[in-house]
Amino acid sequence: MLNYKLAAITLMLALFTGCASNTVPDPEPTDTTYDAAGSGADTDVYGDDPLGGGEAIGDDYSAGELTNIIYFDFDSSEVRADFTDIVARHALILANDSMIRVRLEGHADERGSREYNIGLGERRAQSVRRMLMIQGASASQIATVSFGEERPVALGGDEDSWAQNRRVEIKYTN
Amino acid sequence: MLRNAIIAGVAVFLFAGSALADITVEITKGGVARTPVAVVPFGWQGQSADIPLDIAEVIAADLQRSGRFAPIPEENMLQKPTAGAELDFDDWSFVKAEAVVVGRVVQTGENAYDVSFQLFDVFRREQLVGYRIPASRGTMRIVAHRAADMIYEKLTGIKGVFATKVAFVTAERRQDVQTFRLVVADQDGANETVILQSTDPIMSPAWSPDSRRLAYVSFENDRSSVWVQTLRTGNRIQVSNKPGINGAPSFSPDGRQLALTLGGIDGNLDIHVLDLSTRQTRRLTTHRAIDTEGSWSPDGRYIYFTSDRSGGPQVYRVPAAGGTPERVTFEGSYNARPRLSPDGKRLAMVHLDRGNYRIAVMDVKSKELLVVSAGQQDESPSFAPNSDTLIYATRQARNGVLETVTADGLIRQRVSSGQGDVREPVWSPFPRY
Repeated sequence: MLNYKLAAITLMLALFTGCASNTVPDPEPTDTTYDAAGSGADTDVYGDDPLGGGEAIGDDYSAGELTNIIYFDFDSSEVRADFTDIVARHALILANDSMIRVRLEGHADERGSREYNIGLGERRAQSVRRMLMIQGASASQIATVSFGEERPVALGGDEDSWAQNRRVEIKYTN
Repeated sequence: MLRNAIIAGVAVFLFAGSALADITVEITKGGVARTPVAVVPFGWQGQSADIPLDIAEVIAADLQRSGRFAPIPEENMLQKPTAGAELDFDDWSFVKAEAVVVGRVVQTGENAYDVSFQLFDVFRREQLVGYRIPASRGTMRIVAHRAADMIYEKLTGIKGVFATKVAFVTAERRQDVQTFRLVVADQDGANETVILQSTDPIMSPAWSPDSRRLAYVSFENDRSSVWVQTLRTGNRIQVSNKPGINGAPSFSPDGRQLALTLGGIDGNLDIHVLDLSTRQTRRLTTHRAIDTEGSWSPDGRYIYFTSDRSGGPQVYRVPAAGGTPERVTFEGSYNARPRLSPDGKRLAMVHLDRGNYRIAVMDVKSKELLVVSAGQQDESPSFAPNSDTLIYATRQARNGVLETVTADGLIRQRVSSGQGDVREPVWSPFPRY
């Protein structure tokens, strides 16, 4: 039963995130496929029976089909509208199995002071954590860590690289 | 399995560990006249054919790097005396030297030497300082730096910092694996020694007041923790490993306490003080904003820190004994990582200057702010123990490199290293002999 639930979530997540790779999405989404998949999945998540439309495809919910990276605007720790659905899906996974644990890894771009950037990365991780908890995850399931600017994924010194580095990575730890 | 790999990714090295490539120094800005001085090659009396260390070269390089002196090349010297009695002042006036250093090294045992030097004022034709210092092969370089310190102080009135050290962090990326190293080097880049190596980030090194220990942040096991490592033994102790952020350590002037940033499970970064013997922590700030980068005033009364309680980051201070924080900086939208000069007169910080993150120095009394660096992403200012010079990290292409600048902004120089991305330099206190 448990596996079935997870699998159902996985399917929905796969539907939603299939178009979103681990690169930075366009801040103003013009990709219609992306939008359509997103709004399609929305009704499932927020409907009376969020798992009703699911179908078992296996229990590899953390195997990588779900986008695990949430990007942020400059100087902001607010989860952008284009990522609230993704966070909601992770919340659902956590809410449905209290044994599942995640670590939220917050990151900042390279500008400014390093320890202050640790603070900015943590603020972003906490922003995702609160959103997960509001939607049913419990505090004991979530650990946060901030790497500040110490673990960039993009190495350039331009806005494009900085945008890829301002992120929270959701990592399943069990 | 993964966990084991992570633990294996941290390696501790003794301070006497392997030396890396020397840092080279290039001068990027010199805004003051350089006094011509002559450092004559030292005489040598001993068992081997050659002097164990070219002491004159070490002294001349120190004086040159200060930016205040122009050593006269050896080929321009009309005489090469090794003692004051042999000096012909007319020869040195002729080559326009304002001061002359002469000296010699005499072997007194298998690994025992006497290093003597004298400094002369060419105009007044008199000795300004003269010393004989015992040395071994292992201490000869530091003895040369001490001689340079005495010469520098006599000529400028400013204490020399040539016998001090600098700690910094390097990051190197190979095939997507980052290697972080905590490095200690002489301030001239010699004796570069890795004291910790990890595949997880190392951050925020801070010297103990006796220069014997470094506190730092390590992310081993995917969480932050604060450690104190004794340089000579390599012995390291985890002093803070609370849930959430453990960061930004700074030793109190008496070395007994550490200011720290703790975030807790809810991620509210605040300044705390950890007593290193009792391991008790005391919370100093409670604001829900980011409070971090605490740094003690030299008199131990205040802890200066960065807070964005007003919106953007600004510098505040709070009494170390507890009390109400007060805002210190008001100029500009971004002021972070405060560091007071050891004489307490100046406050260095990272300052957003027309779109560039630069190092600024504020006069504590007049509150006047002076931007002293010229990069786009300069960070981590740290004062030399003489309060006259700062070291900080800047970018050259995409790599971090180190620069020093005098607190008046007039003499700026690059200290570049070949070991990847160099960041977070911190200047040691004066050594205790």
